[in-house]
Amino acid sequence: MAPSRTERAVIVGAGLAALRAAEAMRAAGFSGPLAVVGDEPYRPYDRPPLSKHVLTGETPPDATALPGRPGLALDWHLGVPAARLDRTAQEVHLADGRALPYDRLLIATGTRARPWPNPHEGRMPGVFTLRGRDDAAALRAALAAGPRRVVVIGAGFIGCEVARVCRSLGLPATLVDPGPTPLARVLGSTVGGVVGALLREDGVDLRFGAQVEWLEDEGGRLVRAHLTDGTRIEAEVAVVALGAVRNTAWLTGSGLSADPGGVDCDADGHVLDADGRPDPRIAAAGDVARFPHPLYDGRRVALEHWGHAEAQAVHAGRLLAGDRPDAPYSAMPTFWSMQGDVMVKSVGLTDGADAVAIAYGDLAARRFVALYGRAGRCIAAVSVDCARWLPACAELIAARAPFPPDGAAVDRNARSLDILAPGLP
Amino acid sequence: MSPPSAGSPLRVSVDLNLCQAYGQCCYAAPRHFRIDGREALFYDPAPGADARVAIERARVACPVQAIRVEDPDA
Ligand SMILES: Cc1cc2nc3c(=O)[nH]c(=O)nc-3n(C[C@H](O)[C@H](O)[C@H](O)COP(=O)(O)OP(=O)(O)OC[C@H]3O[C@@H](n4cnc5c(N)ncnc54)[C@H](O)[C@@H]3O)c2cc1C
Ligand code: SF4
Repeated sequence: MAPSRTERAVIVGAGLAALRAAEAMRAAGFSGPLAVVGDEPYRPYDRPPLSKHVLTGETPPDATALPGRPGLALDWHLGVPAARLDRTAQEVHLADGRALPYDRLLIATGTRARPWPNPHEGRMPGVFTLRGRDDAAALRAALAAGPRRVVVIGAGFIGCEVARVCRSLGLPATLVDPGPTPLARVLGSTVGGVVGALLREDGVDLRFGAQVEWLEDEGGRLVRAHLTDGTRIEAEVAVVALGAVRNTAWLTGSGLSADPGGVDCDADGHVLDADGRPDPRIAAAGDVARFPHPLYDGRRVALEHWGHAEAQAVHAGRLLAGDRPDAPYSAMPTFWSMQGDVMVKSVGLTDGADAVAIAYGDLAARRFVALYGRAGRCIAAVSVDCARWLPACAELIAARAPFPPDGAAVDRNARSLDILAPGLP
Repeated sequence: MSPPSAGSPLRVSVDLNLCQAYGQCCYAAPRHFRIDGREALFYDPAPGADARVAIERARVACPVQAIRVEDPDA
């Protein structure tokens, strides 16, 4: 790709990853035209506050514009989605009929909220999903109107955050999930049980091992949710928090290896075609990218973490600018979630953990670090109000240190460490 | 959040993976940073332009450099 003329770059998706990648490209010396396409009408903004202080009303929905480096000289194409990618002509086709030629392309289209399976019920006034700023503004308005009860469907991070926000606003809230505890798929039921206890003490009506079957309206508005066991929950607001789907539909027909689980990348960050060959002109970053993680034996993962979107975007931006990174992208996965005023943070990935040890603090005090092991190695750690111990845990995970760790790594002797079952499904 | 002031609001974000709730930002700019509970940092992502000095004080004070600021008028 020796630049004989001015090369043009396009970034599709105008979120966190897009902004950080644009900064990295400019910092690495890319000086050609750089276009950013976003289907939302807004410049890149921060999403984490949307399920927290935007819903409490402390932060206005339009106040979370992301800080960036000035002087990036970007050509913004906002409010119009990319509809199609033509790799032969090297063009991104927009929904309004325009085509943007590229020599280098970044795919950073992120995810969208998984919709309620029944589209009619999903569109009913009173039923919400939460991904973007407009979603948050609409849900905030509904909560501020003082509904008699809010039913939150799905006890992942966002569902749990929303349930806590409802309680902080004094609203009755019911949280429904088929799992045994909140966050059971990510944290396991041992640590998830602590989050559940916090929710219960906060007055959230917890319905675990339960499922919403259908949503009923009266006069077109939601009035109640019906569980599969026949229970009814009278609620004027339902928040559907069933996870996310990757925005890859626009890549259909491009010949790239992509599906609702992500677009595939190689270890460098270049996207792969359906035959597994990298396209050296195209990279992907953020929530939409699925890539082999060196820390986890090259297992292909797609992460929905703020820190990952930033770090992978910087990597991909440098790659596209021609500043070939000397190592594959291997950033330690990190995540935080604010459950009311309780901070939950994680490093590493818990998938496949066969044991968990409370390395610092204790469960009963709701202040601890849980270290997860798999086949005798440290693979992840989760802290509850105990973040200062996490960097030391991240070091153990990066080094694939033996699990359980020796006394130097924990606040008590390894022999007195209780090894628990993580309770992952 | 902040009273209206001359100039565009600042843009602030905090990398809460890095933040260890030391609270220095809260001392440096108490109207714009707050810790709830033990370590849940709340910050104003769009402080008014008149908070420039306080926000810069907070950014510099953070021991883990978790605070990012853009002044659109700079
Ligand atoms: C409510 C909420 C709370 C969160 N809280 C936390 C948290 O506490 N901690 C944490 O670590 N992470 C959190 N996250 C996750 C974090 O925000 C994401 O990981 C991050 O936003 C990913 O950035 P991205 O740029 O990859 O994708 P996005 O931010 O999704 O940006 C992608 C953009 O591309 C646009 N787009 C999609 N398709 C097209 C198309 N065809 N053409 C043009 N544009 C398109 C999208 O509309 C979007 O604007 C939260 C997410 C949400 C939604
Ligand atoms: S100074 Fe930095 S580490 Fe301390 S609370 Fe503020 S952002 Fe967090």
